[in-house]
Amino acid sequence: MLPNEIFEKLRSVYSDQIIELIENHPSDSFITVNASALFEICHSLRDEAFFMFDYLMSLTGMDLGENLGVVYHLYSMQLKHKIVIKAFVPKEQPKVPSVERIWRTADWHEREAYDLIGVNFEGHHNLIRILLPYDWEGYPLRKDYTAPEMYHGMKVS
Amino acid sequence: MGLLNKLDDPYDGGGIILGKVEELLNWGRSKSDWYLHFGLACCAIEFMAMNASHFDFMRFGTIPRTSPRQADFIMVTGTVTFKMADRIKVLYEQMAEPKYVISVGSCSNCGGPYWEHGYHVLKGVDKIIPVDVYIPGCPPRPEAFEEGMMKLQEKISHQAIFNKRKRLGIE
Repeated sequence: MLPNEIFEKLRSVYSDQIIELIENHPSDSFITVNASALFEICHSLRDEAFFMFDYLMSLTGMDLGENLGVVYHLYSMQLKHKIVIKAFVPKEQPKVPSVERIWRTADWHEREAYDLIGVNFEGHHNLIRILLPYDWEGYPLRKDYTAPEMYHGMKVS
Repeated sequence: MGLLNKLDDPYDGGGIILGKVEELLNWGRSKSDWYLHFGLACCAIEFMAMNASHFDFMRFGTIPRTSPRQADFIMVTGTVTFKMADRIKVLYEQMAEPKYVISVGSCSNCGGPYWEHGYHVLKGVDKIIPVDVYIPGCPPRPEAFEEGMMKLQEKISHQAIFNKRKRLGIE
């Protein structure tokens, strides 16, 4: 299935929750969706017979200045098609529904995005830092991040 | 074989070697150093080549240990992150005296490529534990490991054991 066909199918079910399709060859086409309906959209992307996206290739967090973004790369092993889903949330309240119950792969990926970008995945069963120490403050891959002076009595820079 | 043959015959060849007990002890100490290998990054991969038969690190009398209690020196090979820095300190403190540290590669010497913008990297392992030998390189060649090991042996074989405080002028 081509990206525009996937877009039309999703549009027919979720109407205005699906914001737009951006086709930008040769990079992957992506569909922007409303973050509040993300869980239901991902659920039908995995389970509907014409989608069958059984493989979450990657989950990435982004800092876009005012907004934070989450990018999902999906692939269907059975139907051999792929799509990119993006969702944007404001930086003050970065709440995105967790897809960890849909694809188990998302568990650690979401923890990484939480650790470095600070996206709050709601419904994740164990949303704690994965790479940095548990008592680290701030989210280092945000553009406005400034590193602390000291950590546990050790000079940082 | 010359030395051993002489020792066989105490009357003709002598059979006696004169020397200091301290030198004998230091000779033994420097020729059998067991190490706690602390592999953290790509230097540890180079260290695998060093340990394998081509370069044969064990000819220096070194045996890898997995416990700090049995180790004479710790080999810090790789990038020391702040998360790991706490652990290195604990392991170093668990080692029995006398203990030594070899810092391998740019990362553990001074922070390496993370020296300016690495918010998560300790800028040199010598900020938390005293380092005896630095091996430069990114990663160092096995020859550099050999040189570093010989430097450590040299250092150990010249150390004072008896009347240490008196000789160092502390008392």
